[in-house]
Amino acid sequence: MSKLTLKTEGDTHIVVTRRFAASPEAIYRAHTDTKLIQQWLLGPDGWTMPVCICDARPGGKFRYEWTNGKVGFHITGEFVELRPYSKIVHIERMYLPDPTPDNHVETRFEPDGSGTLMTMRMTLPDPQTRAAMLATGMEKGMEASYVRLEGMLRVAA
Amino acid sequence: MERLDASFAALADPTRRAILARLASGEATVNELAKPFKMTQPAISQHLKVLEDAGLILQRVDGTRRPRRLAKSGIDAMDQWLAMLRKALEKNYDRLDQVLAAMESNKEGKRR
Repeated sequence: MSKLTLKTEGDTHIVVTRRFAASPEAIYRAHTDTKLIQQWLLGPDGWTMPVCICDARPGGKFRYEWTNGKVGFHITGEFVELRPYSKIVHIERMYLPDPTPDNHVETRFEPDGSGTLMTMRMTLPDPQTRAAMLATGMEKGMEASYVRLEGMLRVAA
Repeated sequence: MERLDASFAALADPTRRAILARLASGEATVNELAKPFKMTQPAISQHLKVLEDAGLILQRVDGTRRPRRLAKSGIDAMDQWLAMLRKALEKNYDRLDQVLAAMESNKEGKRR
């Protein structure tokens, strides 16, 4: 059973939901404490986050850098609103190496039985940006598939 | 099998993947597709031909317009991408489950 849902909404939104067997407070901390963020916000296997700067207050900036030992990329962002332990609003962009258009992200943590329901709602500036973001976010997985399936086709980028 | 090869080759380009992702939100003409990619119309047409030859998109005739839309295999490809994005997120949150469990047991340890 998959606990995660991921769907597009309207022309410019992506909505992700996930349930956790922990309190909203613990999950909020795991999203704002660098020592905790570095342990889980890593994407596919083989990636680490050597740089994790997170000034979790309204107007505060964050910067996450990832590497798989060969290549790397980073995102930067600013916090807009932080409501312990129920809501985080931030803006982020990815550098590939040029910055992608700003992604406005609202993350909510609501008590759900003995656990928490997290709802992350991303808003992109236009449908094309969302389309490009979905395509970009899938590249790592596509790479792995290519290696497995053909071993000869290469991702162009 | 040839079709499968063509479809993987067609997907091995970020612009073509982005075009497919754009078409997932509705049909579009060459002009509409060219705009966000900052590419010339001939360059986009070339990409569209590759996608069409691979059976990922279809075009229909609407007066002078030739809007493109996703074909069944294009939709399947998009679904596969979404599944991969979902998998990366699932990895993150499965790790977060572990982090949360460790936080909880630390807390209990301190209480004792």
